Amino acid sequence: MSMKQPQFFGLHAVPQSPLKWWMMALPFILLIGIYLIGSEIRLAENPNDKLMPPVSKMIDSIDRLAFTENKRTGEYVMLSDTTSSLSRIGIGITLSAFVGFLVGVRVGLFPGTETLFLKILTFLSIVPPLAILPILIIIFGVGEAGKITLIFLGTVFLITRDMHLSTKAIPREQIIKALTLGASQWEVMYRIVMPRIFPRLIDSVRLSLGAAWLFLIASESLAASSGLGYRIFLMTRYMDMSVIIPYVFWITFIGFVVDWLLRWTIRSQFSWYHASK
Amino acid sequence: MVANELRNSNLLHLEDVYQAYGDHVVLDDIDLSVAHGELVTVVGPSGAGKSTLLRLILGQELPSSGEILVSGEPVGFADPSRGIVYQKYSLFPNMSVLDNVTLGKRLELSFFQWQKRKIAIIDEAMHYLEKVGLNSHSKKYPHELSGGMRQRVAVVQALIKRPKILMMDEPFGALDPGTREDLQIFLLELWEETDMTIFFVTHDLEEAAYLGSRLIVLSQHYSDDRGDGPGVQRGAKIVADHILSRSNLSTDVKYTKGFGKLIARIRREGFDPQHRQHIREFDLKHPHSFRTNTVEEVRCK
Repeated sequence: MSMKQPQFFGLHAVPQSPLKWWMMALPFILLIGIYLIGSEIRLAENPNDKLMPPVSKMIDSIDRLAFTENKRTGEYVMLSDTTSSLSRIGIGITLSAFVGFLVGVRVGLFPGTETLFLKILTFLSIVPPLAILPILIIIFGVGEAGKITLIFLGTVFLITRDMHLSTKAIPREQIIKALTLGASQWEVMYRIVMPRIFPRLIDSVRLSLGAAWLFLIASESLAASSGLGYRIFLMTRYMDMSVIIPYVFWITFIGFVVDWLLRWTIRSQFSWYHASK
Repeated sequence: MVANELRNSNLLHLEDVYQAYGDHVVLDDIDLSVAHGELVTVVGPSGAGKSTLLRLILGQELPSSGEILVSGEPVGFADPSRGIVYQKYSLFPNMSVLDNVTLGKRLELSFFQWQKRKIAIIDEAMHYLEKVGLNSHSKKYPHELSGGMRQRVAVVQALIKRPKILMMDEPFGALDPGTREDLQIFLLELWEETDMTIFFVTHDLEEAAYLGSRLIVLSQHYSDDRGDGPGVQRGAKIVADHILSRSNLSTDVKYTKGFGKLIARIRREGFDPQHRQHIREFDLKHPHSFRTNTVEEVRCK
């Protein structure tokens, strides 16, 4: 009797297409199915049920927010919510990537700087950013600066520490090698270490984006006049799930696309990164 | 010859070099002088501080005490006067083969100078790569090369900077035997062509005896007048210093009787913990071998 390669069960399973694709899609189909059935049951009991609105109602809401010009402001609500949220998160995470890269590499490479700053960085990274949100609102008011600062503070320490560790993980031999090839101390930093761990910075930003969204939505829920998080919390007052659910999907979709773009950048621009680990 | 003459005439000169980490003495009063154009191989049992000695000369760490001179000048931390090829990590994984080789040139030029001289430098690098048979791989990243290819690139990368001395830390240690022998021949050809000075650390006795024009045995297995009482911390010393002669590059020499005898002798001198020569019996007849008196010895006289 010859052995057969199992497709699903056990340690040795090798799922193959088309079964593989069906297996990947199954949880999604189940989730949507459960919602549709649940919604149907609840609507049969109470046609005005707000908790699980039918798909048709969600489509109405999307059409109203995304594809109809707001009569009063002349804007498309979903578009302006998206651009203001994305610019906040974009500026915040770019700032923290920039600072985290410079500080992290410097601290990782120069033992003097490390001794000076490592303890305080570790200490500051433990401060819960949401706990200082009120302080930020007092200092910066309810404008953009406070929100961007929260995203910055919420992500910069993680990126800095990740850059610090990645720099320290570079074998000492490589630093010495660069010096024997005539690199100055600054060239070691800017021309040897930084290009080498840049893809790791992209990875680090990817991992920080989850936290960045958290802080964005938290700050928008408190004080804002536009933004994806603002809209969701505004709709909570009307219990309008037909807006909240599509917005959550939209945020997830944006997050997914950004993550995919960053991974694609690493794969296509830094092909050596994963291969030479 | 006496130490004072050697320190100015020879390329590399170490005098009274000690290295200790806490209580643990690794190198115990190393005196060594190497002439220009020598291919020095260093062997010794593990823990004898071969790599420590290399790191001291390279400037990867500083000695606890003692002097290290290159061309009569005291040396400090790593700089282009000493090149290095490591067993691993010699190449930068984020640069192509060509970029790795030209790095030493690029680092010494500003952006505009580099733009001006780019073509000539790339030509030179490609010429070297052609010589080592890797010109068709110039666009590849190090991870796309085999171990032997990587080490060839690493040698070229170090040589383009024309260091006064090329340090090699078990450069062929991770290669399979066939590739290893290819690279030994490659290195010898390069050495004969370029008249450079090489300091080659290895744990492989055959490799050391085949490659070297001078072979140094570093060992902690010896005895001296300090006795074996508690508190006597003894580190490795140079216990033998051989001149080796070579008539041709053929690896057949490895199978001759004389070669086998030499290996057996080195094994006895440095690698046998039972066989402890007294410090006065070391074979240090090499013309550049010298020993300065230690503080204790001066006091005894």
